[in-house]
Amino acid sequence: MSAIPRDFRQAVLDILPVIIAALPIGLLWGTLAAGKGLSPLEAGLMGVTVFAGAAQFVAIELWREPAPWLLLTFTVLIVNVRHILMGASLSRHMEHIDKRWRPWLLLYMADENWAFSERRALTAPLTIAYYAGLTLPMMIVWTTSSTVGALLGRSLGDPAAFGFDFAFSALFIGILAGFWKGPRTGAVLGASAITAALAKLYVPGAWYIVVGGIAGVAAAAILHREDETP
Amino acid sequence: MSLDLITLLAIAGMALATYATRLSGLYLMRGVTMTGRIKTALDALPPAILMAVIAPTILATGIAETIAAAITAAAALLRLPLVVVILIGVVSVVLLRMVL
Repeated sequence: MSAIPRDFRQAVLDILPVIIAALPIGLLWGTLAAGKGLSPLEAGLMGVTVFAGAAQFVAIELWREPAPWLLLTFTVLIVNVRHILMGASLSRHMEHIDKRWRPWLLLYMADENWAFSERRALTAPLTIAYYAGLTLPMMIVWTTSSTVGALLGRSLGDPAAFGFDFAFSALFIGILAGFWKGPRTGAVLGASAITAALAKLYVPGAWYIVVGGIAGVAAAAILHREDETP
Repeated sequence: MSLDLITLLAIAGMALATYATRLSGLYLMRGVTMTGRIKTALDALPPAILMAVIAPTILATGIAETIAAAITAAAALLRLPLVVVILIGVVSVVLLRMVL
């Protein structure tokens, strides 16, 4: 068997739990979008083009009719500032991928396919097949579930009653465990969590993600010891 | 099925903002060698950012969410399958919201 279908299949298996979790999250997002006046077509269009769960949740919270497009664009920019560093980090692992393909792959880098690509790169070369195996199922499920959520709208009932609103956080906690390397990871997570939660309470907008990320990275830099560099 | 022009403009703006952040990383690190403290810092970026995204939900929403997050984290650190971890999280938040 050639490596391409094998990598693709492995990626689909790896991302399967994420997709199962993304299904109710997408339904929930679509429901919220419909509540703010978006049509199913518009909801699906945003899913397939923006393809950024956290940014879309923040955006739909701010949504009004008519859409404050400048505010929404700026807010999404802030929420996704992390993608600059994520892309920088991931591009370190793209040496086995043709240069011409790299920008196109990065356009669809969301938190989950990025996290799994980073983890893959620890043990094997990252290939297009693996990346596509993560990304395509995510796009299909995210777009479909957002559209269906917007179609069904309120008839789904209150998603919070089923705990679906917590699925996003639970998914991230599950992914986070894969990055655990000991007490120092705990320090990074603690610094990030406390700073982000405080920033969310006292700073308007979505800066808390940037601020928390910087605090975590700063904690890692401070705790770094030269002799332990791998 | 309807498409509103202002809504389309907003979606386009959001998509372009997202693409800009995703693409600029590709050119940011060109020629930078990763060693020592910089490498340690960049390696900490994935967990730091994922944590920051969910921190307000798990720390500043309510006691039910905070306890459910702790239960979910315990399940995740026990290396249970990801689907099981998410299920435990969702079920515990529902139960905790009922009793608290």
